Amino acid sequence: MKPMIEKSDSRTIKRKPPKTADDKWILRLYVAGQSPKALTAFANLKKICEEQLKGKYSIEVIDLLINPKLGNDDQILALPTLVRKLPVPVRKIIGDLSDTERVLVGLNLLPVR
Amino acid sequence: MKKAERTLFEKNLKKSPSGIQGFDEITGGGLPAGRPTLVCGAAGCGKTLFGMEFLVRGVTQFNEPGVFMSFEETNEELITNVASLGFDLEDLVKQKKIALDHVHIERSEIEETGEYDLEGLFIRLNYAIDSIGAKRVVLDTIESLFAGLPNQLILRAELRRLFRWLKEKGVTAIITGERGEKTLTRQGLEEYVSDCVVMLDHRVTEQTSTRRLRVVKYRGSLHGTNEYPFLIDENGFSILPVTSLGLGHIVTNDRVSSGVPELDNMLAGKGYYRGSTVLVSGTAGVGKTSLAAHFTEAACKRGERVLYFCFEESPNQLIRNMRSIGIQLEHWVQKGLLQFQATRPTFYGLEMHLAVTHKAVNAFKPDIVIMDPINTFILGDKEDEVKTMLMRIVDFLKGNQITALFTSLSSARNALESSDVGISSLIDTWLLLRDMELSGERNRVMYVLKSRGMANSNQVREFILTDQGVKLREVYIGSGGVLTGSARVAQEAFEHAGLLTQKMDIEQKKREIEKKRKAMEAQIANLHASFKSEESEANKIIALERELIKQLEKDKSEMAISRKAVVDNNKASKRK
Repeated sequence: MKPMIEKSDSRTIKRKPPKTADDKWILRLYVAGQSPKALTAFANLKKICEEQLKGKYSIEVIDLLINPKLGNDDQILALPTLVRKLPVPVRKIIGDLSDTERVLVGLNLLPVR
Repeated sequence: MKKAERTLFEKNLKKSPSGIQGFDEITGGGLPAGRPTLVCGAAGCGKTLFGMEFLVRGVTQFNEPGVFMSFEETNEELITNVASLGFDLEDLVKQKKIALDHVHIERSEIEETGEYDLEGLFIRLNYAIDSIGAKRVVLDTIESLFAGLPNQLILRAELRRLFRWLKEKGVTAIITGERGEKTLTRQGLEEYVSDCVVMLDHRVTEQTSTRRLRVVKYRGSLHGTNEYPFLIDENGFSILPVTSLGLGHIVTNDRVSSGVPELDNMLAGKGYYRGSTVLVSGTAGVGKTSLAAHFTEAACKRGERVLYFCFEESPNQLIRNMRSIGIQLEHWVQKGLLQFQATRPTFYGLEMHLAVTHKAVNAFKPDIVIMDPINTFILGDKEDEVKTMLMRIVDFLKGNQITALFTSLSSARNALESSDVGISSLIDTWLLLRDMELSGERNRVMYVLKSRGMANSNQVREFILTDQGVKLREVYIGSGGVLTGSARVAQEAFEHAGLLTQKMDIEQKKREIEKKRKAMEAQIANLHASFKSEESEANKIIALERELIKQLEKDKSEMAISRKAVVDNNKASKRK
């Protein structure tokens, strides 16, 4: 599968190559076009990643309007959906990621209390 | 006027034929084209299969590709499950006629973090539709989404949008839904899908289960409103459009022989009408089945196809028993002209029986159907229901120009004329077999109770089972009443004896006359003889007299010669 990085010109998507395999975070954000929700989600994701995973994450943005087939493998129904491919297990976070705490729970970045 | 009608017709709802046996007849052509239809029902009532058959028939019969989006079963499971119905789904997928898409949501994997929509589902469905140019879509239990996605508000709004979107897309869709407690579907999908709602049901009454289908609503179209029984078997669905039948059967003047020549004679010499319904009723052991077997054999000999439903005997037993009265059925089975369908009446519910009958008749395409006996259905079922069912069967068979022969066992306590099933009004020809107990014997008699449209005999005949089959004898009706069996034989012998004496009398009279004639002739001969003797006597006397006269003349002439009176003359004549 070809990652759709920097497909949308209007957005800058940074890709920080992981330093080691262990702390590599591969995140995939599925969107449909540049809807407000998609933009919000991306902005929120960027923010969270910069805060929590600086330097060890990569984000693929997959626009299903352009390549609809790619949604099947991750069973994408809701949009936007953030999929944590690595580290395993796969987690799915749906919505515009505005609830930061839930995103962190979903990404398993919050220590279990 | 005509133009207005035509435009109205064009404005009529377009329908997408489902190809499901019977369904298109109920709905007047199928599902509403380009609109979603809700198929709801409890677990295990066949929703998924209904959807799948709609797609498969769409491909194979109407060349309309389809998308099956499953929220429950995986593609592999689906392929295996429908293979039992004879659908090669894998092949159709390879040909790009059907797209299978398994949508799977794991609640535990999902975290909700704010606003979202189901655009992903839309895109996915859209992609699937466009990839094969689908005209038909099945969403199998979209309600699973309610379990997977926590935010019901969003979900409901999105579902509403989805159904609108499907309409805009112009695909004919089936959405299945689990039946709810008080609503048609658990999540109230009927709120969104309002064009056509079909309900499937699987009910158990008297330990027999019957599947039923009902079109709850169909906006913009007439439809059958009843509950229709349906079957799921190796050929998929088959629904029975029972009440679509009217009384517009085609009738013929064709006759079919009953297989018993004497019976044919009783029925105006030609037998039953083709396409009519014959009822043979009678008490136990009077030969109803034998009569049915005769009819069967006669039909097979004419090369007609016979479907024989036996509800009490196994086919082999029946064949064996009929062999004893000289009816060979086995080779007709081998030739494929005769088919037995043996099921216990309690094996299915009534509706199911109806459906099975339909199916068997449609598959075998018989000219003659025999149901032996029909009243075993009553066991445990209401009489009304049995009557309705038989009426449907009769209607169905008549509609197909099939001659039907039913046997019915009348119980001893009922009046014979009231057939237990109460279908007498449906019957065209009714033969009544009964037994008569007389002088220590039990004999069978038969008569034609009614036979519509023919001058049938009013005779009561004795019905005899011989090793040459059924024979009908005239019974003796005299001062002693109706005599059958040995009483009849005795009576016949008596009559025969009487006849013999009469014959002997005549002979004697003949002989006497002969004698008299001979006596008379002898007398005549006597007279002749005496007359002859007298005559010869007389002749002798006459000759004597003549001699005498001659002598006298001679004497006279000699006397003249002696007197020399006529010398010359005498001398001259003497010289000559």
